[in-house]
Amino acid sequence: MTAAQPAYTTNEIMTVAAARLLKNGAVCFVGIGLPSTAANLARLTHAPDIVLIYESGPIGAKPPVLPLSIGDGNLAETADTVVSTPEIFRYWLQGGRVDVGFLGAAQIDRFANINTTVIGDYKRPATRLPGAGGAPEIASCASEVVLLLKQSARAFVKKLDFVTSVGHLDGGDARKRLGLPGKGPVAVVTDLCLMEPDPSSKELTVTHLHPGITREEVTKATGWEIRFAGTLTETPAPTSIELETLRDLERRTKLAHGNVVATST
Amino acid sequence: MCRTDSSEFPMAEIITLREAVAALVRDGDTVAMEGFTHLIPFAAGHEVIRQRRKQLTLVRLTPDVIYDQLIGAGCAKKLIFSWGGNPGVGSLHRLRDAVERDWPAPLEIQEHGHGDLSNAYVAGAANLPFAVIRAYAGSDLPNHNDKIKFIECPFTGETLAAVPAINPDVTIIHAQKADRKGNVLLWGILGVQKEAVLAAKKAIVTVEEIVDDLKAWPNACILPAWTLAAVCCVPGGAFPSYAHGYYERDNRFYQAWDAISREREIFQNWIKTHILNTLDFSEFRRVLAESAAVGVRQ
Repeated sequence: MTAAQPAYTTNEIMTVAAARLLKNGAVCFVGIGLPSTAANLARLTHAPDIVLIYESGPIGAKPPVLPLSIGDGNLAETADTVVSTPEIFRYWLQGGRVDVGFLGAAQIDRFANINTTVIGDYKRPATRLPGAGGAPEIASCASEVVLLLKQSARAFVKKLDFVTSVGHLDGGDARKRLGLPGKGPVAVVTDLCLMEPDPSSKELTVTHLHPGITREEVTKATGWEIRFAGTLTETPAPTSIELETLRDLERRTKLAHGNVVATST
Repeated sequence: MCRTDSSEFPMAEIITLREAVAALVRDGDTVAMEGFTHLIPFAAGHEVIRQRRKQLTLVRLTPDVIYDQLIGAGCAKKLIFSWGGNPGVGSLHRLRDAVERDWPAPLEIQEHGHGDLSNAYVAGAANLPFAVIRAYAGSDLPNHNDKIKFIECPFTGETLAAVPAINPDVTIIHAQKADRKGNVLLWGILGVQKEAVLAAKKAIVTVEEIVDDLKAWPNACILPAWTLAAVCCVPGGAFPSYAHGYYERDNRFYQAWDAISREREIFQNWIKTHILNTLDFSEFRRVLAESAAVGVRQ
């Protein structure tokens, strides 16, 4: 890295890389935490007309700072409209009006199925996680799904302890066979790389490495034998505008929430 | 359930929260205290703990800190939910202790997603036996929740998921305003409160204030007095969550809860000092402010 390039953290490049996947004008159903950060970064940079939907009911939210919870008042105040939770799921998500579901997860497998329910046995869990939230319905019905999570062998596992929300199940045309309307996950963004499902097998394949990250690091941080695309592209480093916008947003957020920092839940 | 008996829906009485919980919440009831981050009925939840209700089946899309308190205090035998966490902070330690280690008692869980559980309330409000959604194909949730079933659409043959209607014995919500007749107005993020009230056999609403005229606009979310059993004036009753137009969310309390709830003994002392040994919500607020001032909260 030359002196002219801004230094950034792995979290920052992950957020920036995810934000870039959102097209201006897209209707995006946003999970709280990292997905919400990335979606708002997109809104404040290249995608001012993005429509952010939160499962608590706001449609077209433009929060001045990041929400700490999925039902913060600033989402309602800045939304084009606020509807009830059943309506969000019935008319807007199931109704086919959501282009992208933007979600996090605790565990993911090679076909981008995700677990947010338990680590260990369901009846006697080692760790009880918060649960499904709206993810099973979002994963079913959004036209496309983008997943964001930090990469480690504990999170990227050979076999999920629990399939909360379906990605490509066991690969191939599984989603079609299940009758799921959306295309499912089209990208997984981590702090190391970007993965996309293989067009036919649907197995996650690394297509982009973030600057300075090696294949070995990605392999080590994956619980299965991760595949790499024939041609690997380097993720462009965050621009100074992206970085400044993200840092400013996080700084304002911290101030607004009395230094209580949002975590990914 | 068939609603033919109009005596199930008496006109709302404006009474104290203590009276409402004493009269309307019974041991063993199925109780929904709804609120999607906004307007969470904390004062009412505390009163249920204070009156030591037991064996409740608690229902909520997003059980958070108030359900953590109810579960840790031993009020619940079962939880029907779709996301259980401390929003923006992390785990609910009392919920986890109950599920992972049966403390203070085993907690049966019936787990859904927001889409199906919110629509289960819609079905309940519509007096239909079940709700239909397009989800769960390939998910493990139906393997662990026998209330999620798959049905075939009689018109298209499509396989869809079905869940039974939720009809709580009692739904409790918090709202911004009531008028003197007991008509209730709420706005902002409404979550599933209207559906949960209309699905319930009885409903209690706590409000920030009681006014002469709601000055509501057409299409406002109004719950007419005759759909409610009791309306209770409890200013600040959603604290530490927020009431749009009245006060903001106390994020520091949510963060402090992580430390309070982590250890059983600290939690029990907190419940005793702040809830069991206080008379009502305003005394709770006073005791909490005092303990915060001497740093006990941290």
